[in-house]
Amino acid sequence: MPQWLSLMIESLPSLLWACMVFTVPLTLLSFALGLGVGFVVALTRLFAPGPLVMLVRFYVWIIRGTPLLVQLFLIFYGLPSVGIVLDAFPAALIGFTLNVGAYTSEIIRAVLVSVPKGQWEAAYSIGMTWRQAMYRTILPQAGRIAVPPLSNTFISLVKDTSLAAAITVPELFRAGQRIVATSYEPLILYVEVALIYLVVSSVLSSLQARLEKRLSRYGGYIEAAS
Amino acid sequence: MITLEHIHKSFQDNHVLKGVSLVVPEGGVTALIGASGSGKSTLLRCVNLLEVPQSGRVRIDDAVIDFSPGGKVPRNAILALRRKTGMVFQNFQLFPHLTALENVMESLVTVLKWPQEKARARAMELLEKVGMVAKADAWPANLSGGQQQRVAIARALAPTPKVLLCDEPTSALDPQLAVEVVEVLAQLAREGTTMLMATHDLRLAATIASNVVFLDSGDIVEAGPARQVFGAPADERTKRFVSTLTAQTTL
Ligand SMILES: Nc1ncnc2c1ncn2[C@@H]1O[C@H](COP(=O)(O)OP(=O)(O)O)[C@@H](O)[C@H]1O
Ligand SMILES: [Mg+2]
Repeated sequence: MPQWLSLMIESLPSLLWACMVFTVPLTLLSFALGLGVGFVVALTRLFAPGPLVMLVRFYVWIIRGTPLLVQLFLIFYGLPSVGIVLDAFPAALIGFTLNVGAYTSEIIRAVLVSVPKGQWEAAYSIGMTWRQAMYRTILPQAGRIAVPPLSNTFISLVKDTSLAAAITVPELFRAGQRIVATSYEPLILYVEVALIYLVVSSVLSSLQARLEKRLSRYGGYIEAAS
Repeated sequence: MITLEHIHKSFQDNHVLKGVSLVVPEGGVTALIGASGSGKSTLLRCVNLLEVPQSGRVRIDDAVIDFSPGGKVPRNAILALRRKTGMVFQNFQLFPHLTALENVMESLVTVLKWPQEKARARAMELLEKVGMVAKADAWPANLSGGQQQRVAIARALAPTPKVLLCDEPTSALDPQLAVEVVEVLAQLAREGTTMLMATHDLRLAATIASNVVFLDSGDIVEAGPARQVFGAPADERTKRFVSTLTAQTTL
């Protein structure tokens, strides 16, 4: 067996372990929490009174206007100066959640307003409350439109979690760096790390395609059909 | 019985309804006719409060709401009154993510909290009535306009409203598809469904309306039995409008 292959096989378990124990949970948790933040922010921007709208717009402006790496450093290395000390994983989780929240809020806001106003009226006309109309009529339709852009956010997020290495989270990329430090084989190891990211994002892309296909079963809007 | 009293509705400085008073008798069909922009849709939407009037009174049976400028109306009162109505929209507005059957079941399950099976049985009955049982499991996008509108009628009837509000139910349809919708509405009229219907469709109005109300720039110019308003209109404007309708129909 060539030496590069045996090195790859040897390091695979620790890389996969880092992936399963840090990369995947960090991705899933921050995406789920970020979606929640994004939904609340989107609803605030659409329906809340002025001052609250200003507040969430400020949040989105800050997050979208500054580098993710800088945000992570601020949370992990900066906050201790004001007495807030966080472990690496929670710090990364907060950073990624805030990031996902800001970006997905824009997506969610856009898909919510893209559902025709007549659908709200139809929901109201059969006696629904605002909440029922939102959850039963508007969200299911908006959700379907949101699948492609949200999937893109999700797949980017998987790769972006490698930035957590910079604040010492022992995720996939950092696990690779560690092995490089002892084996002095950066090319082999980073190719291997890259391949693992590639496999994960490819699997996610194919899941996304299947989900889109499933959701497209009911055709388009009525306007498009008549 | 549905009673509107002195309804005023403006959009910014566009005074659309100028103190409209109207009684919709129970068990009859009241056709609302008038030129485009005369306020027919707005009037219908003031009955189920999709539009909230600036002033006036809306009464359906025992539910009454008084509107006054600056006055606050509790959301529950609006909801209670609205739940006595059903609405059929010009462009159908079926829920595209639900099948025909699920569209009809939606109010029963979500609003009235009926169990699935009971809701399904009632929805099937209504689909039967509008001749859409065969398409119960179809997606709205796969139905013709006429079929969609018939499902929309069943959806509006599901919670047994006191009045069915129809906003030009046939005007988005080709004439041959409009026929099937007219037939369904005529059947409902024979069964004594109370309806208030904005329409440009003279055939629809003439075949099923018992009363006609002519609206001109937000004022009711003439109201009375269909035969009288169509046959011997008293007001000059009504005369002119009825003759344009007749001219269109003979084309
Ligand atoms: N949501 C709205 N916002 C502003 N103006 C409106 C709105 N709805 C209706 N209008 C105006 O009210 C007037 C009457 O419209 P409408 O009730 O739709 O008339 P009709 O149904 O008889 O054609 C029109 O001038 C229209 O532009
Ligand atoms: Mg109209």
